[in-house]
Amino acid sequence: MSTYETLANFAQTWGLLYFVLIFAGVLAYTFWPTNKKRFDDAAQMPLRED
Amino acid sequence: MSLMNKHGILERHSMLLLVGILIVVAIGGLVEIVPLFYLKSTIEKVEGMRPYTPLELAGRNIYIREGCYLCHSQMIRPMRDEIERYGHYSLAAESMYDHPFQWGSKRTGPDLARVGNKYSDLWHVSHLTDPRSVVPESVMPGYPFLTKRELKVPDISADLKVNRMVGVPYTDEQIANAKADMLAQANPDDDNVDAFLERYGQTIGDQTREPTVRDFDGNPAKVTEMDALVAYLQMLGTLVDFSIYDDKADLR
Amino acid sequence: MAHTAKRLSLEEGLFAGFLTALAFACLVIAGKAVDGVMAFHAGIGLLFSAIGVFLIFNSYFKRPADAVESGYNLGPIKFGAIAAVFWGIAGFLVGDIIAWQLTFPVLNFDLEWTSFGRLRPLHTSAVIFAFGGNVLLATSFYVVQRTSHARLAGRIAPWFVILGYNAFIVIAGTGYLLGATQSKEYAEPEWYADLWLTIVWVAYLLVFLATLWRRKEPHIYVANWFYLAFIVTIAMLHIGNNLSIPVSIFGIKSYQVFSGVQDAMVQWWYGHNAVGFFLTAGFLAIMYYFIPKRAERPVYSYRLSIVHFWALIFIYIWAGPHHLHYTALPDWAQTLGMTFSVILWMPSWGGMINGLMTLSGAWDKLRTDPVLRMMVVSVAFYGMSTFEGPLMSVKAVNSLSHYTDWTIGHVHSGALGWVGYISFGAIYCLIPWLWNRKSLYSTKLVEWHFWISTLGIVLYITSMWVSGIMQGLMWRAYDKLGFLEYSFIETVEAMHPFYMIRAIGGLMFVTGAVIMAYNIWMTIRVGEKAEQDAADPALVPAE
Repeated sequence: MSTYETLANFAQTWGLLYFVLIFAGVLAYTFWPTNKKRFDDAAQMPLRED
Repeated sequence: MSLMNKHGILERHSMLLLVGILIVVAIGGLVEIVPLFYLKSTIEKVEGMRPYTPLELAGRNIYIREGCYLCHSQMIRPMRDEIERYGHYSLAAESMYDHPFQWGSKRTGPDLARVGNKYSDLWHVSHLTDPRSVVPESVMPGYPFLTKRELKVPDISADLKVNRMVGVPYTDEQIANAKADMLAQANPDDDNVDAFLERYGQTIGDQTREPTVRDFDGNPAKVTEMDALVAYLQMLGTLVDFSIYDDKADLR
Repeated sequence: MAHTAKRLSLEEGLFAGFLTALAFACLVIAGKAVDGVMAFHAGIGLLFSAIGVFLIFNSYFKRPADAVESGYNLGPIKFGAIAAVFWGIAGFLVGDIIAWQLTFPVLNFDLEWTSFGRLRPLHTSAVIFAFGGNVLLATSFYVVQRTSHARLAGRIAPWFVILGYNAFIVIAGTGYLLGATQSKEYAEPEWYADLWLTIVWVAYLLVFLATLWRRKEPHIYVANWFYLAFIVTIAMLHIGNNLSIPVSIFGIKSYQVFSGVQDAMVQWWYGHNAVGFFLTAGFLAIMYYFIPKRAERPVYSYRLSIVHFWALIFIYIWAGPHHLHYTALPDWAQTLGMTFSVILWMPSWGGMINGLMTLSGAWDKLRTDPVLRMMVVSVAFYGMSTFEGPLMSVKAVNSLSHYTDWTIGHVHSGALGWVGYISFGAIYCLIPWLWNRKSLYSTKLVEWHFWISTLGIVLYITSMWVSGIMQGLMWRAYDKLGFLEYSFIETVEAMHPFYMIRAIGGLMFVTGAVIMAYNIWMTIRVGEKAEQDAADPALVPAE
């Protein structure tokens, strides 16, 4: 197999898995119920006058 | 500590955020750039490519200095109209000695990848001096100062040497004689012409191919910036011999 | 009062030492320079570093022995805001001049310093790096302090960053006029300017991070994520794309380490992500702070902003090869670039929706507050150009649009509409806050600025759409006999009316910016004072 094919196969399998995992990770972090309060609080940060 | 608190670390602690960003943004570039250096199919095998002569290199540097790449591409795409208008589509091999590349991104003027030998030296000199004298509708700026100014490069040997450091196969002899070669190419009566042609000529199959030696700007009194720029323009796209190039061999 | 011995702080000592060394280096280089441009630039370097050393010692002698600074550090932000207005007008003006040059080439004057090829990098650098860069520096220094409830880290360092950055602009800009360029689009400055920018940028990153470390809020606000991604990624891109070897350290000329196809890929990895991280991520940070602040309501969805952030920075970095469709770049790289460019539409529109919907329930403010309207229209332009971008990155479309004015139109809908308007909005917000004014001098003038420049943008992008698509179609047109129908010069001729419309549109945009400058000048000079001193609030953590 040529170097090109080896790399292409790797990208088309493990690369895809990597993308899916990263995306799932971000979504999990974002929508994890215990994080809700922190994010709601963070959204107010620009409005808090000092 | 629950798993989610660990997640929290990433956004609370700036260093982790920093590392997270770095990892995420590094991958795309690595995947797209690194294989280009290792995949053999990236640059085609061709006959005829040679490093620029000192005069051509100096001309190329003037091309860069004046920002010609902002209006002229040097990259013919493999489409019927472009091939008919400009010639064979550009190969990666044709810019392998270009530090930096000059493919361009805009055609306010036409593509120049194969402009070499299409027009006479006199046409180029007139056109560069006053574009509207030969092409009345042109919007190109005039460069009359090129014919007046003597070609001055602080140390052309050093330019060749740096090019060799980044991978252009200049020989010791070419580096040592760079200045003499630069002047000889613009003056057919120069004593060094034969030595210069010897240094940059190549034998492909049974034919010998040599760079052009001419008084490009038509002014034998001095070697000007115009000489250098026209020498560069006149060799653009002329190196690879497409009569023997097999484009099926490089399909990928 | 107990007498404390006055000492040079470590920070003062380091900067003074570094600048002194730099001044000597510049002196030597100026003396041995092999070309005139290097001699000139080393002279500027010498002058600027000497001024820097003077300023450091001047402030040292003036400050009390135990200087404890409180409140927010607004000085560098003020400088950045004014510099942004100045460079903005200069950059827009040069842009309009070269637009007129394309309409009437006699305006090149046949002089080397005024030809299109030298003014065009001056225009792009002045608007992207001088205008945009100063906006980003100023707003990031402001936002990071406000959202961290902490003073900017360092006493000299923030000034070093903002002044050093503007010194880079002067070196780069004068260099273009004198012919110093490495010809890589949006990365034209030669090796020594690149080195200097690297130093300034590292200092910028450190100031930003160290301010975050001082924060009294547990959470880092999402705008700062975008700023951080912008700073870090630009550092990576800048270094990667400017790897070159100078012919002599006493001359300006250098040669890129990469060549041909690899150099092209590296260039557009840089070029596209200069758009993605300088002109997008950085200005999204502005959107995420200034729009909520001005609308007085929190961002529509903080969760969406997090997904937006990671998706945007992850996907953007892959999109570069769409600048090289159908070139000698291998097909696999072109396909990757096209795919990611199309996917990029999603996070971009996620961000647009987040920005626009922040106004939900407060749309009436758009009628009365032209500053907010400017920022909202900016987000709408962002949405438009991030739809157009993926469209143009599809190979079939790109085969028509590439090399034509369509690209120029696309860039300007992003640059004038998105970057320009969000920056104007942020500047209009910042000026009264920084100079402690109740409001802007004149809302009416903001209205004028808004409408004149909006009309200008519309003229600009519509004329470029028409000329670009027309030119693309003319290049590929065949006559009945199967010959190319038009010579190249006929397509150039056909562009003339559209170049004229574009130049008029640009002139209107410049006019708008001049109105802004007058309004800002008057705000600072005669504006009514706000009651509370914005520079000196009690820095308490919010609960």
